[in-house]
Amino acid sequence: MKRFLSIALLFVLLTALLPVQAQAAGDTVTINVYNWGQYLSDGTDDYINVIEEFEAAYPNIKVNYMTYDSNESMYTKLKTGGSLFDIIIPSDYMVEKLIAEDMLEPLDMTNIPNFAYIDESFRDPSYDPGSVYSVPYTWGGVGVIYNTKYVDEADTGGWELLWNEKYAGKILMFDNPRDAFAIAQLELGYDINTEDSTLLTLSANLLREQKPLVQMYVMDQVFDKMQRGEAWIAPYYAGDYLLMVEENPDLAFYYPEEGFNLFVDAVCIPKGSEHKAEAETFINFLLDPEVCGQNLEYLGYSSPSSAAKEFMDPEVASDPIAYPDTETLARGLSFSSLSLEGTQEMNSLWLTVKTADTTTTVYLILTIAAVVLVVFLWGFVKFRKRRKKARRCRKWKQAQ
Amino acid sequence: MKNKSKWLSGPYVLWMVLFTLIPLGVVLYYALTDSVTGEFTLSNLANFANYWPIFLRSIWLSIFATLICLLIGYPVAYYIAHCKPALQRLLQMLIMLPMCISFLLRTLAWVALLEDTGIINNFLTSIGLSALPLIRNNGAVILGMVYNYLPYMILPLYTVIMKIDHRLVEAAQDLGCNSRQVFAKVTLPLSVPGIVSGITMVFVPAVSTFYISQKLGSPGTILIGDVIESQFKAAYNPNLGAALSLVLMVLIFVCVGIMNHFTDSDDEESMVTL
Repeated sequence: MKRFLSIALLFVLLTALLPVQAQAAGDTVTINVYNWGQYLSDGTDDYINVIEEFEAAYPNIKVNYMTYDSNESMYTKLKTGGSLFDIIIPSDYMVEKLIAEDMLEPLDMTNIPNFAYIDESFRDPSYDPGSVYSVPYTWGGVGVIYNTKYVDEADTGGWELLWNEKYAGKILMFDNPRDAFAIAQLELGYDINTEDSTLLTLSANLLREQKPLVQMYVMDQVFDKMQRGEAWIAPYYAGDYLLMVEENPDLAFYYPEEGFNLFVDAVCIPKGSEHKAEAETFINFLLDPEVCGQNLEYLGYSSPSSAAKEFMDPEVASDPIAYPDTETLARGLSFSSLSLEGTQEMNSLWLTVKTADTTTTVYLILTIAAVVLVVFLWGFVKFRKRRKKARRCRKWKQAQ
Repeated sequence: MKNKSKWLSGPYVLWMVLFTLIPLGVVLYYALTDSVTGEFTLSNLANFANYWPIFLRSIWLSIFATLICLLIGYPVAYYIAHCKPALQRLLQMLIMLPMCISFLLRTLAWVALLEDTGIINNFLTSIGLSALPLIRNNGAVILGMVYNYLPYMILPLYTVIMKIDHRLVEAAQDLGCNSRQVFAKVTLPLSVPGIVSGITMVFVPAVSTFYISQKLGSPGTILIGDVIESQFKAAYNPNLGAALSLVLMVLIFVCVGIMNHFTDSDDEESMVTL
């Protein structure tokens, strides 16, 4: 009886609890944040854990965090649908492309008062006139990272280091067409936004020349390979270099003299977002000077908000690689969105670079040999079968 | 009885229609339409002309990997099949054991072993030898394939060899066959079904793999699986990707068909010799 009572009591207690829980669950909203890999401070080395802090500040919003490794793969994911994202962080040219294809929601700036902290020079950018669809998250340049232990200082300075045969097999290269073509175009002295067929083909030829020297085409794998010294030379984003050099002090970085890509990555809300207001709350949280400062101090990328720099380690805030002098910045060039035809041409040329082959003849000879062998075997088997049959017939006749 | 089994197979038939036949139709649709306008076109398939060297390389590397699997796998399967039952179970489990660990993880482990700054080369340089080029070549890709797919060769072979009626072997011995003849005239012909399914189960996944070649290969050893993957993941041209998958499927059917043709005729013969 006692047991029955306690069970009954437990049951009553549980039912009393249930509606409360259900209500709490009903109130929380989950936003899907889709960001670059290694692009949000996650609590490593005592830095801020942005998502945890956000969920603590807004207990009714949960963050579902996912990552991608290039603008192109993010675009593909958005385009193929199947998943709804509330926050994405594409680069400048991709923002322009997404706006042109009507894939972004205009932002409600009344929900993002912290936009006021963004520096004047980052408002009203050319990729998003009037900052209607995007809010800058970080900016930075693309340069060359190299390992001082193995690479001769005299060889550095320009993009041609990536074509230096001395370091064959130790060179990494971008695994996305836009960044890879820009490097070839800068080396050749072309405009990095050109859509001219001949110039694109010539750039692709230069990339094909480089291929035998390339150890691997990489994106986020660059961290692991450079930190361990598996590869010695890699073009990559300045902010990520600052993260790598903490793990491997032998690494060094320079902005090539021929010029380099200067990019802005911006936070956007894609069309189809079901929790736009909550997503805007998240954007506002990211722009909070203290959060932004601590987040970017960990990331190593440059901050578009001077107010945030006050919350950074002064050494980081004045780093010449994260915040290059005006002379260096003058060499920076930004991407603009290419037309659909231009993008497709670049993609297919990139594919020919990646699939270019030099060992075809060996396989061709092997294949011809195999075909001959198959035909020969087939004939042989048939012949043997017939002979066997004939022999059996003969035996059978003899037996009779 | 026949009626009942028809009903019982219903769920799978439904599954196959939903998740095999319809997706195949979608692949066919994409392969035959233009990526921009959506009109009917054969240009995606015509693109095969640009990729045939990669098709050839994928097929050859897989053929080598399959042959090595067969050469390693057959003696192992034969040995296991002739062990005591308790030992058989243990060995079978040991062969299956690596399959319990993620395929991706196992390949990454090989990367850690073979890299220029990997475990093997670090050891070699520490004892004063020069580092070897172990990774980023065809050999490493084949090694990855063999390592990952070897169990798929051994298990069907083992099952078939184990089931061979020992009385047939004894009969052959009684009739004066030496051990080599017993193997050539009895064991080998009777294990042909195992060889066929083993080859199919290794060759088909090996020819369409992309992860192994990405991790263990170099930019020069790209396989057709890599091209297809990049079409869907990065370049966003599902039409070309679908066309290439379709061509690959046809090529696999041709390869398997050629093999079956030979083994079928072998089979008939073995029946005759028996």
